[in-house]
Amino acid sequence: MKSTGKKKYINRKSQAIGWSFVAVAVVLAAVFAIYPILNSMYLSTMSGKGVVYEFVGFGNIKRLFRDAVFKQALKNTMVYFIFQVPIMLTLALVIASLLNDKKLKFKGFFRTAIFLPCVTSLVAYSILFKSMFSIDGLINQTLLFLNIIDAPIAWLRDAFYAKVTVILAITWRWTGYNMIFYLAGLQNIDPAIYEAAEIDGASKTKQFFLITIPMLKPIILFTSIMSTIGTLQLFDEVVNLTGGGASTPTFNATMTLSQYIYDLSFKFVPNFGYAATVSYVIVFFIAVLSIIQFRVAGDDHV
Amino acid sequence: MYKLRNLFKYSFLSIAALVSIFPFLWMIIGATNTATDITKGKMTIGGELFSNLSMLFKMVDMKNILLNSGKIALISTFLLLLFASLAGYGFEIYKSKNKERLYTILLLTMMVPFAALMIPLFRMFANMGLLDSHIAVIIPTIATPFMIFFFRQNTKTFPPDLMQAARVDGLNEYQVFFLIYIPTMRSTFAAAGIIAFMTSWNSFLWPLIVLQSDGQKTITLIISSLSSAYFPEYGVIMVAIVIATLPTILIFFLLQRRFVEGMLGSIK
Repeated sequence: MKSTGKKKYINRKSQAIGWSFVAVAVVLAAVFAIYPILNSMYLSTMSGKGVVYEFVGFGNIKRLFRDAVFKQALKNTMVYFIFQVPIMLTLALVIASLLNDKKLKFKGFFRTAIFLPCVTSLVAYSILFKSMFSIDGLINQTLLFLNIIDAPIAWLRDAFYAKVTVILAITWRWTGYNMIFYLAGLQNIDPAIYEAAEIDGASKTKQFFLITIPMLKPIILFTSIMSTIGTLQLFDEVVNLTGGGASTPTFNATMTLSQYIYDLSFKFVPNFGYAATVSYVIVFFIAVLSIIQFRVAGDDHV
Repeated sequence: MYKLRNLFKYSFLSIAALVSIFPFLWMIIGATNTATDITKGKMTIGGELFSNLSMLFKMVDMKNILLNSGKIALISTFLLLLFASLAGYGFEIYKSKNKERLYTILLLTMMVPFAALMIPLFRMFANMGLLDSHIAVIIPTIATPFMIFFFRQNTKTFPPDLMQAARVDGLNEYQVFFLIYIPTMRSTFAAAGIIAFMTSWNSFLWPLIVLQSDGQKTITLIISSLSSAYFPEYGVIMVAIVIATLPTILIFFLLQRRFVEGMLGSIK
């Protein structure tokens, strides 16, 4: 009896010490992450301009379906997600598996060079791209010189090409980042598996699809969820690269959901309630898309 | 066939490397040219570097801006490392049912985009009268769930024997953390520090919302506002981008291994 009592006392004491370690961070996270998440859920049922708010229930959600700018922003965000994420992840995977070759020369150089874009700030590289893609800028000059195009492309002004520019820029910035994850994953695959496949006469392409991809599945899942979260809250790039499409004919050809939330809250007469509703649209899509990706990857934990 | 494959492989990687490096060259070349030359795609070094530099210092108070960015990044990195390592250690070493529940909630908040947090955060700081202050920029960044997760994952590699030995030697639990854990895990701290510093130095949306007067702004905000002019002074902007990118490039080349470890730490 005595010893269990003492043990309980020690256990309780060590639990108290444990809580003291996590306390500051937990309080901070509660105040600056958990509370805001709940508060914006509450705000999403309210509407009003400036300081006067009233309860509207699902009113904001109904408003979403009539809001042309919202629909445009949602469509743009989805276009970025559907095209950019697969292009980037495929590219990263191909580069990583080319680099994962013992006999490859200049391996360190290739790896460092392709990873280098990750050190730039999102604002800085967006502006670099903006200056390269201007109407008589470097990209158009080069394409004209190579006779690939006959007339300059309005990269930042045309509704279609502005999206292409945004996708190219994001792919430049993040491919190396994802490549590093794949390289780390590839190092854990036993080279003997590839040697056995080689002996069995499997081509490199076959090895890529039948060994590399299945073995990297958890990391591919991880990177694709991270990229989904990143793409759905895209803000810095579109704002600095195309101003959200301010110079496109419809003024919002590249606008994303995050940017629309920013505009609703801080640019126009603030309607925090409606903006909060739009923010929950992002939460909703991240949740749905993550679950779909888990399912596709065949992970039974969700 | 083998030669053809090699040719393809090396040319593909060379093109990828060239495309990756090119914007950096463009940035440096741009810093030496006028805005007109840059928008016309001039690809040679010009003689405008010093006039761009002096123009930049005339247009904005660079010293103050860099001081703002540096101050915010260093303070938030220091506090984030301290609180996140304490929490990651606490969650891993003193496991309990309630702590695991709390930890799961923290991880779930990582899935929620910042856009869903920024409005309540903005209103909170407005009510406290802290808008336009550096405190408002720093506070929401000093206990991110991601960093707590990062430290917890890395704490799994902290040898339990070391902890037992320290306890036997009479160190209390806090001394074990500060005198044994921190020195042992210094590479984890370095990796986390690099990521934290870069995130803060480069952050845009939250400072954009909070900081309103020019005297308070960071280098990232200034670059963005310079480039949103109708006719952006690209030469001047390129100089500012070079200055803003220099610290992160230096950190990358000096501490490349830790840098990569910091990124990969999350999938351990």
